[in-house]
Amino acid sequence: MTTQPAELATYNFAYLDEQTKRMIRRAILKAIAIPGYQVPFASREMPMPYGWGTGGVQVTASIIGPDDTLKVIDQGADDTTNAVSIRAFFAKVAEVNTTTSTADATIIQTRHRIPEEKLVEGQILVYQVPIPEPLRFLEPRETETRKMHALEDYGLMHVKLYEDIARNGHIATTYAYPVKIKGRYVMDPSPTPKFDNPKMDQSEALQLFGAGREKRIYAVPPYTSVVSLDFEDFPFEVNRFDQPCALCGAEGVYLDEVVLDDRGGRMFACSDTDHCEKRRAAGHKGSMASEGAAT
Amino acid sequence: MYVAVKGGEKAIRNAHRLLADRRRGDRSVPALTLAQIAGQLALAVDRVMSEGALYDRDLAALAVKQARGDMIEAIFLVRAYRTTLPRFGYSEPVDTGAMHIERRISATYKDLPGGQMLGPTFDYTHRLLDPELAGDAEVPDAARRQGEPARAMRVSDILAEDGLIEGDGDAATEMPGDITREPMEFPMQRDTRLQSLSRGDEGFLLALAYSTQRGYARSHPFAGEIRIGEVEVAVDMPELGFAVTIGRVQLTECQMINQFKGSSQAPPQFTRGYGLVFGQSERKAMAMALCDRAMRARELGEDIVAPAQDEEFVISHCDNVQASGFVEHLKLPHYVDFQAELELVRTMRAEHESRRDAGETAAEAAE
Repeated sequence: MTTQPAELATYNFAYLDEQTKRMIRRAILKAIAIPGYQVPFASREMPMPYGWGTGGVQVTASIIGPDDTLKVIDQGADDTTNAVSIRAFFAKVAEVNTTTSTADATIIQTRHRIPEEKLVEGQILVYQVPIPEPLRFLEPRETETRKMHALEDYGLMHVKLYEDIARNGHIATTYAYPVKIKGRYVMDPSPTPKFDNPKMDQSEALQLFGAGREKRIYAVPPYTSVVSLDFEDFPFEVNRFDQPCALCGAEGVYLDEVVLDDRGGRMFACSDTDHCEKRRAAGHKGSMASEGAAT
Repeated sequence: MYVAVKGGEKAIRNAHRLLADRRRGDRSVPALTLAQIAGQLALAVDRVMSEGALYDRDLAALAVKQARGDMIEAIFLVRAYRTTLPRFGYSEPVDTGAMHIERRISATYKDLPGGQMLGPTFDYTHRLLDPELAGDAEVPDAARRQGEPARAMRVSDILAEDGLIEGDGDAATEMPGDITREPMEFPMQRDTRLQSLSRGDEGFLLALAYSTQRGYARSHPFAGEIRIGEVEVAVDMPELGFAVTIGRVQLTECQMINQFKGSSQAPPQFTRGYGLVFGQSERKAMAMALCDRAMRARELGEDIVAPAQDEEFVISHCDNVQASGFVEHLKLPHYVDFQAELELVRTMRAEHESRRDAGETAAEAAE
């Protein structure tokens, strides 16, 4: 075999070829024009597996330029392995600056969380979405669910939420909690905990959602209403934690439960690692922050 | 004292280093060359080309090596590369009727123009492990036929002459779709459905094809013809005004012939199921043909009663790169969502307990 390794395979800036980026940008523009509507796009295979952020990565790859600063989080943290891997991917194929600081990022790709720090105009939040269809678990067929969206027929979803209340006394959906965008499309916010839903409403930042395997892109433009579905007598409520973050003392943030030992010892700490680190750097201390260990 | 889990970066680096070490294995054993893989594990390479949807033996061999022999991983590597290649254009339809045939069999005719040719097949071998192959014993050259082979007409053309089989479809009138460039939409047309099947997982399609034989959408199939060989690929050159042959690809084609009783729309005649894949893989081509026929139920006015007939079910789940990615993504951390569920279960348990306690108190009071 005469082929030399160097000529076997080469890649373009930000991995995707320019034809593909154009196609994805068109889908993104359409998505922004119809907030909450799932735009089908010819999703490509990416060099990470489907279900590991290929939709988000394609969206990021299509909008990122050499001047951007990228932050990637998974479960709120910058240092979870998949976030590390995606950040390293863009550092390699697009040679962009990366950061862990929410305020410094122009693009934030996320899996399952919205940063605690308020996002501002000019920032773009890119969500990785596994199942974009909020009605999928009520109706498995795409042909049916597209029809339901077209007819704005969301009765099934309300019945589901009602049945939750009838059975459990409250709505038993804790993440991927359905929202209605600008009074029209019901949308899956990706599997973020419903705690984060209020942050989406009237957000100054552009929110883009990419589902690679399911080949859908959708968007919430800045300053758009995002309403979590509920009933007048059972209004939407976010979960509250009984205690503040054990490391930085923050309240009103989402916490991870950390198992400390095999005797039932637990602690609660910020899921958003950047937020927690910044607070600690500013001198905030939680009950278990000592010896400057957690940095 | 709890220290936030850090060092994802270092852990990944070390894991990949260990992977490279395990891939190479015992350093005293010579490393595999791509030529060895392409030449001696040719059917593995063929499957990677076919499901990876990229006809390139070198890259497929490299992928097999890089994936340590994990086929789906190798297919994934090839897909992730081919998707980055700019699209220059489309070839002319290949003419499988003009194939340089290496194997050609028909189960519907004893003999036919062009003859039956067994070719390099496992069929009729006895599956006895051959200790000779553990070494490097001399292998005699293959016997070769003399002279140019006669053009072997396609079996479906024989039946078509008598009008006993349906036509080949009129796809030629318009540009076929391209599942790698256009979003998939249901219901699909047969062109894009066949494209999906051609790169679909061999195991999944094999199982579905098998299910049709066991009564889940039975289609009474006959292997009209299976042919393996090379066809020329021609590309129309606008500057020249005619098509130019740019190379040859090896293909396996299967024409399945199926019974059809006729419906209100069509007279009784044989119908077709079609399979076409890169390289030599007749198991895959046959499975594809059976699945293709099963999914034509809607078009032919048959009742849709079995999984193999359900286009949205089959096509949505036949891609092994998608399937393995999503199944394996469960390895990724989900602790944020799990935390939310944990809170919910705790709340519901507390409510359950207080309800039970209240019930007990009420019961006691009643006594």
